[in-house]
Amino acid sequence: MKSNNNINVYSFLEKITPLIAVMFALLVGAIVILIIGEDPIFVYKVLFSNALGSKVGWGNVLFRSTPLIFTGLTVAFAFRCGLFNIGGEGQMYIGTFFATWVGFTFTNLPSFLLIPLCIIAAATGGALWAAVPGILKAKSGVHEVIVTIMMNWIAASLTFYLVLQFKAPPTEAMKAAGVKQMIPHTREIAEAARLPRIYHLLKSINIDFPSYVQANVSFFIAIAVAMLVYYILWKTNLGYEIRAVGYSPLAAEYGGINVSRNIVLAMVISGALAGLVATNEVMGFKYRWRQELFTGYGFNGIAVALLGKNHPFGVVLAAILFGVLNYGGAIVNIFTGGRIPRELIMVLQAVIVIFVVISDEIVKRIIRKRRKTA
Amino acid sequence: MPEIVLEMKNITKRFPLVVANDKVNFSVYKGEIHALVGENGAGKTTLMSILYGLYQADSGEILINDKKIRITNPNIAIKLKIGMVHQHFMLVPPLTVTENVILGMEPKKNNIFIDIENATKKVKEISEGIGFKIDPNAKIESISVGIQQRVEIIKVLYRGAEILVMDEPTAVLTPQEVEELFGILNSLKKQGKTIIFITHKLNEVQAISDRITVMRRGKVVGVKKTSETNKEEIASMMVGRKVIFKVKKNEHNFGKNVLKVSKLNALNNKGLPALKDISFEIKEGEILGIAGVEGNGQTELVEVITGLRKAKSGKISIYERNITNDSPREIKEEKIAHIPEDRRQRGIISQFNVSENLILGSHYDKPFNNGMSLNLNIINKHADKLIKEYDIRPSDKDNLLKSLSGGNQQKVIVARELFGNPIILIAAQPTRGLDVGSIEFVHQQIINERDKNKGVLLVSADLDEILSLSDRIAVIYEGKIAAILDPKKTNQKELGLLMTGSVQNKKTNLEEVKK
Repeated sequence: MKSNNNINVYSFLEKITPLIAVMFALLVGAIVILIIGEDPIFVYKVLFSNALGSKVGWGNVLFRSTPLIFTGLTVAFAFRCGLFNIGGEGQMYIGTFFATWVGFTFTNLPSFLLIPLCIIAAATGGALWAAVPGILKAKSGVHEVIVTIMMNWIAASLTFYLVLQFKAPPTEAMKAAGVKQMIPHTREIAEAARLPRIYHLLKSINIDFPSYVQANVSFFIAIAVAMLVYYILWKTNLGYEIRAVGYSPLAAEYGGINVSRNIVLAMVISGALAGLVATNEVMGFKYRWRQELFTGYGFNGIAVALLGKNHPFGVVLAAILFGVLNYGGAIVNIFTGGRIPRELIMVLQAVIVIFVVISDEIVKRIIRKRRKTA
Repeated sequence: MPEIVLEMKNITKRFPLVVANDKVNFSVYKGEIHALVGENGAGKTTLMSILYGLYQADSGEILINDKKIRITNPNIAIKLKIGMVHQHFMLVPPLTVTENVILGMEPKKNNIFIDIENATKKVKEISEGIGFKIDPNAKIESISVGIQQRVEIIKVLYRGAEILVMDEPTAVLTPQEVEELFGILNSLKKQGKTIIFITHKLNEVQAISDRITVMRRGKVVGVKKTSETNKEEIASMMVGRKVIFKVKKNEHNFGKNVLKVSKLNALNNKGLPALKDISFEIKEGEILGIAGVEGNGQTELVEVITGLRKAKSGKISIYERNITNDSPREIKEEKIAHIPEDRRQRGIISQFNVSENLILGSHYDKPFNNGMSLNLNIINKHADKLIKEYDIRPSDKDNLLKSLSGGNQQKVIVARELFGNPIILIAAQPTRGLDVGSIEFVHQQIINERDKNKGVLLVSADLDEILSLSDRIAVIYEGKIAAILDPKKTNQKELGLLMTGSVQNKKTNLEEVKK
């Protein structure tokens, strides 16, 4: 019985490594704050109380978490098939652009058609972009890391070109001043393509919520998608095959599973998830496409997936943590009059990632050492 | 009374999951060959790792020549003249024999240059001293596994070892190589060296050892003089119950051809021909054993039949249906069961749990799947049923496969493959690395399939297994069938010669095959 308890202790330890990592990261952050010459307790208090202590805080946190849930799921899903998709950034650019284009092109469609159409377009764009590295990997063994990185640059340039093709017309003020539209963003999507803000929802059930908070229905889409990903991975035939390929392509092949097909499918689904960032940033927030809206989400998704241990629910929690740090960090910056730079948050995020990797590895080594001789 | 050279007293080593050594007492006489036997996980390797300084015992002491010592790392062990020949060789393939031998303790000339001439001379001396010739300048990658093992032995002797620990040294050798190894061990013994020989092959224990220490579940259950015991006694000490060695096989008539392979050609991973015009057939109720030194095309043969490798030419058919180059799934659907050679890589998914592993290959089909989603209820019931039926331990369907012992992993594979009433069983190295109890189990399952009138293709490097199970034996050498033999009219020696290509043109001793 004693040995059984030990197994439980270790597998528990393995599960909570991200938590340990976060604690260590906050400790390191405290040291950095001390070096800057501020009081870490005060800073953390401001950070967390603002992010989590009010409706406004929560709204902002969820708004900032939503895209990270999608990009975190992107990385996590591919990883379950043994693929390291670091092309979430590019897949997101393409997917979100597709959605935007549909949104400002089919302007006479009603909401109940246009919203699903935009979402499908977003997923399709991401999926297409991810299919290329998937097919190359499956057919000729080209490493997906190389291809996805290169596809990121192509996507960035391609969407920038497209933005200029579909540039918004000058506003009234610009016309009056006789200048051209200088901002590199597209036209706005149709009213019918927009997702309601949380504020609208809560108002309809008579709950007071500030209208300036950008949190929107997209967060619930993200949660639903995370649940769908969980269902696909663990409850369906497809998920069984994808995980089998991820763990052991040889055993999968032996079990009659088409390895190439599953690699392509996993990439396609992974890319589709990246495209869904459009729901938050375009359909729920800016209503148009502009590159800066998205920059970095794809890459931060890697950290989110790592922290969430490539599990859909872990990804949601990790994304929310990053949302807290992002929003809280911005507030801290304002509160301290800029003495605590927002970059501190980037430091914290980086340290979390490093500690996750380290503590994971340490726990793994302990377990391996104990098991080796059993 | 012989002189005791090594004594380990009350050695206890605990790991979080298990007590690997529980108050173990182990002593070895000077100049003897001492066999340390036990099932996998009995604690043999742990005990020897403690001796070699890879682990520290929690309690207990080690005495060498009556002097109490502490061995905290392998360097100390080497200084104390203890040498270890590992099961998996630790050699650098592109380097020569001499370079490998001196690696880590190179003799220096003028403090800068390696004195390779001197080293070469010494390697020659050592090898001739124990009765074999070796080219000190040959590269490791160009010599056979048997010779590589000798390099390991020379390496240990070069470091001055008086006590040699050999961890399952015969696992990789052909019968002839085993005999040669035993010759070497005997000449080492004559030189006064002491040898500790870890194994679970009882024939070898009988053939070579002077005394035997048997371990079971971390404890020493007995020490015997080889001359005063027998195989059956040792086996029952190892397992803790009586073991039946002879598989009981009833004579019966074979039915129609189940599997027919004709003129099959295929390439290996390097793109070179691995199978050359292989033809054979298996009848209902027949076990065809494929004997051969590993790497002579057995792996490729099994892969081609099961669809994991493409045939270049030739034809494979089940009854009259042509299945050549069908996909693995299509072939599985023809009801071919396959116990793969590479258990860890092919046979199981170690990160999947028992119930998930038990449906691999039929996961997409009814009743485990209803269109899109897995039918977890039925999958779990299926797992519980098979766990009980095949006595898979621990009996929890949620355990990851990596936490199971090799024997239980193999039980999972056997349970999965035999489910659904296959018509052909292809078993490749089905008992490799398994302990006596599991071997008995697997053999019984294979015989059962035969008695149910299924066709069985048995590929094994273990000639005992081939001889005792097969109804016919095909010897494979360099991708060709060298001979098809009746097991009753042949023996280990003849098979060994055919397997190594030493005898050719002996096509058959079977009367009925000729016509």
